[in-house]
Amino acid sequence: MHPTDGSTLLELTGFSKSFAGFVALDKVDFTLRRGEIHALLGENGAGKSTLIKAMTGVVARDAGTMRLEGAEIAPRSAGEATRLGIATVYQEVNLAPNLSVAKNLFLGRQPTRFGFVREGEMRRRADALLAEFGLSIDVAAPLETYSVAIQHIVAIARAVDQSARMLILDEPTASLDAHEVEVLFTVMRQLKARGIGIVFVTHFLDQVYAICDRITVLRNGRLAGTAPIAELPRIDLVRMMLGRELSAATAQRPPRTALAEAAPVAVFEDFGKTGYVAPFDLTLRAGHVVGLAGLLGSGRTETVRLVFGAERADCGSAEVDGRRVAISSPREAMRLGFGYCPEERKTEGVVADLTVRENIVLALQAKRGPMKPLPRREQDEMTAKFIRLLDIRPPDPERPVGLLSGGNQQKVLLARWLATAPRLLILDEPTRGIDVGAHAEIIGLIRDLCAEGMALLVVSSELEEIVTYADEVVVLRDRAHVARLTGDEVDVPAILAAIAADASAPAAAAPM
Amino acid sequence: MALRLPRIGTSQVAALILVLLANWMVSPQFFDFHIRDGRVFGSVIDVLNRGAPVALLSIGMVLVIAMRGIDLSVGAVMAICGAIAASLADSHTLPVVLAAALGAGLLCGLWNGLLVAVLGIQPIVATLILMVAGRGIAQLITEGRIVTFSSPDLAFLGGSGSVLGLPTPVVLTFGMLALTLLIVRGTALGLMIEATGGNPRASALAGIGTKLITVAVYMWSGLCAALAGIVAAADILGADANNAGLWLELDAILAVVIGGTSLFGGRFSVVLAVVGALIIQAMNTGILLSGFPPETNLVVKAVVVLAVLLAQSPRVAGHFAGLGVLLNRSRS
Amino acid sequence: MNFKALLLATAFSGALVSAGVHAADLTIGFSQIGSESGWRAAETTVSKAEAKKRNINFKIADAQQKQENQIKAIRSFIAQGVDAIFLAPVVSTGWDSVLKEAKEANIPVVLLDRDIDPSGKDLYLTAVTSDSVHEGRVAGEWLVKTVGAKPCNVVELQGTVGASVAANRKKGFEEGIASAPNVKIVRSQTGDFTRAKGKEVMESFIKAEGGGKNICAVYAHNDDMMVGAIQAMKEAGLKPGSDVLTVSIDAVPDIFKAMAAGEANTTVELTPNMAGPAFDAIIAYKAKGTVPPKWIQTESKLYTAADNPQAIYDSKKGLGY
Repeated sequence: MHPTDGSTLLELTGFSKSFAGFVALDKVDFTLRRGEIHALLGENGAGKSTLIKAMTGVVARDAGTMRLEGAEIAPRSAGEATRLGIATVYQEVNLAPNLSVAKNLFLGRQPTRFGFVREGEMRRRADALLAEFGLSIDVAAPLETYSVAIQHIVAIARAVDQSARMLILDEPTASLDAHEVEVLFTVMRQLKARGIGIVFVTHFLDQVYAICDRITVLRNGRLAGTAPIAELPRIDLVRMMLGRELSAATAQRPPRTALAEAAPVAVFEDFGKTGYVAPFDLTLRAGHVVGLAGLLGSGRTETVRLVFGAERADCGSAEVDGRRVAISSPREAMRLGFGYCPEERKTEGVVADLTVRENIVLALQAKRGPMKPLPRREQDEMTAKFIRLLDIRPPDPERPVGLLSGGNQQKVLLARWLATAPRLLILDEPTRGIDVGAHAEIIGLIRDLCAEGMALLVVSSELEEIVTYADEVVVLRDRAHVARLTGDEVDVPAILAAIAADASAPAAAAPM
Repeated sequence: MALRLPRIGTSQVAALILVLLANWMVSPQFFDFHIRDGRVFGSVIDVLNRGAPVALLSIGMVLVIAMRGIDLSVGAVMAICGAIAASLADSHTLPVVLAAALGAGLLCGLWNGLLVAVLGIQPIVATLILMVAGRGIAQLITEGRIVTFSSPDLAFLGGSGSVLGLPTPVVLTFGMLALTLLIVRGTALGLMIEATGGNPRASALAGIGTKLITVAVYMWSGLCAALAGIVAAADILGADANNAGLWLELDAILAVVIGGTSLFGGRFSVVLAVVGALIIQAMNTGILLSGFPPETNLVVKAVVVLAVLLAQSPRVAGHFAGLGVLLNRSRS
Repeated sequence: MNFKALLLATAFSGALVSAGVHAADLTIGFSQIGSESGWRAAETTVSKAEAKKRNINFKIADAQQKQENQIKAIRSFIAQGVDAIFLAPVVSTGWDSVLKEAKEANIPVVLLDRDIDPSGKDLYLTAVTSDSVHEGRVAGEWLVKTVGAKPCNVVELQGTVGASVAANRKKGFEEGIASAPNVKIVRSQTGDFTRAKGKEVMESFIKAEGGGKNICAVYAHNDDMMVGAIQAMKEAGLKPGSDVLTVSIDAVPDIFKAMAAGEANTTVELTPNMAGPAFDAIIAYKAKGTVPPKWIQTESKLYTAADNPQAIYDSKKGLGY
């Protein structure tokens, strides 16, 4: 069999995995052919990393079969997967930077004689190995003296040399510059020519179109689709990545009110931070929802963190109720009546050890100051109210919040901010990683809050969702606000067009 | 992060009772009490009295540890504050002496707190500075000798004074415990400490002034250490800068851990930290009463501490529960 | 310089040598451990006074309990070309190379208070130390003499476990009471040489021995622990010094205060004057080439209430204890 005949190398069928009630992978199928570079795409939480971990035995899958060259395998650890011929190179190079390149290449399998490492032999072999990748460097020098790209190639060389039949590259290009990416691509093409199958995880669409043969997209733990690169134009790819089918009831959009009717709550002009997000103008009005759309890393989260004072802006101005304000910290933002539910629920949102009640009262208590504790009776009433209102399950106010499902943690986080009666509520991916039922409830809640006159700023990867509640959508690309859609302009095709537009080509939507 | 339902401290209280019973076995007069000059005497009182310094330290330490910090300097702060108190005792009135010593403790805590909260130095490193330098400062104050005093006012705060029949250090410790409980549980500070220790980033985003609370907590630890230093100096009618509080920071940390507060911060219990301190002291007193050769002291201590910590470990508890099920099954 | 002058100078210096080294010309460096205890401070004070008495130019380097500082100090003394070096070694090993340097520079070294590893025996002139076994023996013999034929239960407050001084003082005391079967040690625990622990341990001894009724005497390896033990006894309603005999070692000022108040019976002195005999040995060695014995033992003097403790307290108080 010719190494590059395109026959199937790896076949996954029905891969499923749940964590504590949350479905991370739902019956995903995936095939990798010999000599193929296969892009694995999806937003945060789509299930890419879970799929890779399940494939390499780092986490145990709940269901599914795995065949490598027709033989069924079930690796139970990364080491076992490597022995079977599945090599993985992660974004953070997993080598010892202070050891020499040669030692890194042969760590754990050094050539020895009488128990002593044969340094000379090891260096010769290292030189030969790297030469195959067109790399001629001093292998005796510590790895850390070389650029990240070379470190990646060393990691790949090490992985491939261990008789790899397939290679998984998990976001290898995130920290590389254009030239370095090209060097890496050359190596990938060589491996492809040798018949090695490569799974390439990235969130740079340009790179996908530059090097990949096929694309598989995951969304919310499910397979959104697999297609050869030629059959999937960029706009269809973005559509495949963003959005999900909404129930008919949720998809029904109430009529938008005219923007000018509502009083502005907060106005940002030329607001930005160097190297973080480019200066932008943003007006948030009572009873209106502004949605932020864009791909991962486009500057959505960065924008809301600036607005909430979690990062300090270094240019522009902010006005609240017509008064100029300095938003220097979350505390300051909170005093101005802002609330913020971050995307990273576990690390920035809930305090897992504390109970549902304690998590809910936290922000209100911080607002009152430590010396004015909320009476326990008020805490209990408030908690009971939000458990009822948001249908938090189980309805046990004294349960540590870490034991709740993702959707219920999200509701607790919402309750925390609703308890402070904010005028502006910032939600970063409020529906990520939560089940379908909770999803509809949260969208309903966003609409209700809006109807009550709250101003909302919502980040979401779910375009179908965002168009159902947003009165205005700001599209971001490369850490800049590139388009603003208002009123009837807000629809999925328009947003997709703005996201997928090449920086060089004129944006499909109205430029800002 | 280990998740657990709210603690009730059964294992700690059980451990304390077990250690006390063991003491009773090696020393039958352990639970004897008698009253002389209006003061209660007995080995149990000794446990409370001798445990007072570590109990005081653990009251401050538990808050620091709940914030994901650690305060290695408390032993040295004890030495500094004891030295100040002893040096001033015979020339100044008690309020002045106390104000100076407690003020020095607060100042030491402020220093630690600023290093940790403002300069962002890791707590173990930040407090190590004062742990090393503090003892030197204390030695400078005492000029390397034991500074003795004869002021009965200050001596009253040591083991020889008594309030309502109990040695003053015991009363001071319970007073400090009550005051601390009032502050952390009577206000929302306790919640904020637990939130910050459990998830500092989330707490800052929820609008909690984490830096201010960090500084305050280290200052409270300094204050507790100062009180412990005063008690220790008052007890021996002198300040021994070389030995006062030596290694007691480790006992205080151990007391906090025995009390079930995780070194990774979050949930804490001040009362159980004090129970932890009493377990340690009950063990010390038991060893002294037992007549074992002193070479065995540390081994006995290590075994008991290990047993207490194992009893708390959820994994071990699970095994025991499993064993119980097996036993029940075999019985039926 | 002409020949005559040179001759004169030679003759002059020859005369000086023959007349004996005048103490005023001696420069001696002392590498002191640091402020580890009151006794150490007193040793420094007394050494200075003894040097002044003999008109010796005396330089003290404080090592802050670190061997590397002591080694640095010795090297600097060698570089300065001192006539002799006194060393109170913080540890017993690791001195070979620096002491060899001193020997090569022909500078005699005298160890004060502590000895070093036997391998370094050739590298120093003499060691001035107390014999801690002897100290314990003196204490034990006093107790045997004092109680006579009466049975006597002794409780012992040991020094830090593992410290050689503690082991020696324990051994010496046991030797001292070996002749009297009526005197026996009933309890022995470590008080870590500190007042606080001495007090705590004594409290438990009192509880364990029927409220102190069964205790005839307390032996403490140092006075500090005894001061703590005396407090414990007083608080328990006992009368130390009469109900319970006390015997301890070191002779620090506070034990004399207790003695003056009738609360302590006796102490065995660990003299802070180690430098005095060392100066005398060096002067003799420089002047007449007298090689002193390898070990100069200091006197372990016993003090009791009959020795006017108040006066001793007053004189010792100024020494820096």
